[in-house]
Amino acid sequence: MNILQQIEQEQVAKLTAGRTLPEFSPGDTLRVNVKVIEGTRERIQAYEGVCIGRKNAGLNSSFTVRKISYGEGVERVFPLYSPRIDSIELVRKGDVRRAKLYYLRDRRGKSARITERTTGRGTSKAAAE
Amino acid sequence: MRAGLIAQKLGMSRIFDTEGAHVPVTVLKIDNCQVVAVRTAETDGYTAVQLGAGTPKVKNVTKPMRGHFAKAKVEPKRKLVEFRVSPDALIEVGAELSAEHFVAGQFVDVTGTSIGKGFAGSMKRWNFGGLRATHGVSVSHRSHGSTGNRQDPGKTFKNKKMAGHLGDERVTTLNLKVVSVDAARGLVLIKGSVPGSEGGWVLIRDAIKKPAPEGLPFPAALKAAADTGEGAAS
Repeated sequence: MNILQQIEQEQVAKLTAGRTLPEFSPGDTLRVNVKVIEGTRERIQAYEGVCIGRKNAGLNSSFTVRKISYGEGVERVFPLYSPRIDSIELVRKGDVRRAKLYYLRDRRGKSARITERTTGRGTSKAAAE
Repeated sequence: MRAGLIAQKLGMSRIFDTEGAHVPVTVLKIDNCQVVAVRTAETDGYTAVQLGAGTPKVKNVTKPMRGHFAKAKVEPKRKLVEFRVSPDALIEVGAELSAEHFVAGQFVDVTGTSIGKGFAGSMKRWNFGGLRATHGVSVSHRSHGSTGNRQDPGKTFKNKKMAGHLGDERVTTLNLKVVSVDAARGLVLIKGSVPGSEGGWVLIRDAIKKPAPEGLPFPAALKAAADTGEGAAS
């Protein structure tokens, strides 16, 4: 491991200390609690939508969350380890067969739905067995 | 005026600060940076310290250079650079400099050799606009336009911006901020980019256009208990 990777790993360890990130994958509905600064005080704002892709690159990892806001599609890319992210909640697991769900950008309404995944990794049924 | 440091560019990364903003950083490594010679006003007419850094393969050290390193009783170095210093900032020969020479928050100038781009056209090299896409322009869409006037002056002036070799030249970036210093591993993290390719040698010195902060180590931050007595006679 070179020094650059070492530095990045230390950063990841420092940033993840004291908080847990849930295991989530593309297709899952997430609620991302973001810290926003309004004037002088800081508050937490939730951003809820479907995760349409993840980028796994150590410290530079990020994920994209898409939602429809007032009839307009909005996508936000969050750095996974950013201290601006207070927490990430997993609202619903989705059953998808692709790593990047960019096809959702061309769809609206009924065709843009994702069925819920109830079996497999990370679900309560799998945990019970 | 203090001496600078010779460093090797390892690459770029990012740091998340306490506010949550992310800071792009270049990681520079200080590798065995030692004083190999000093120049004084009496012997040379100017004052400077010659620093060396890196560890070369034995076969790549010439006999005359071996003699030069043996005289200073230091290990052979890959890179040798002179830094002009004021007479009171001379450092004794053999002393090893540490990354703590610079402190977090101060401004530095970094000199390196930019990445060579080969023979580049005037659009890439000088940001010329090129010619039009249509209206009768044929073949020469990326060319420069005119290079001069008519029979008078009857020549293209020297230094006219034209196509030619781009990059692979000495470049100094001024006023870069030091984000943090890791003395144990010999690392200096600098905000933003630094000239040159990864693995290339760069020179760091105090910014000449900004006032130096209080508490800088003067004349230099030396590594304590540096084993300088081994010599390079082998």
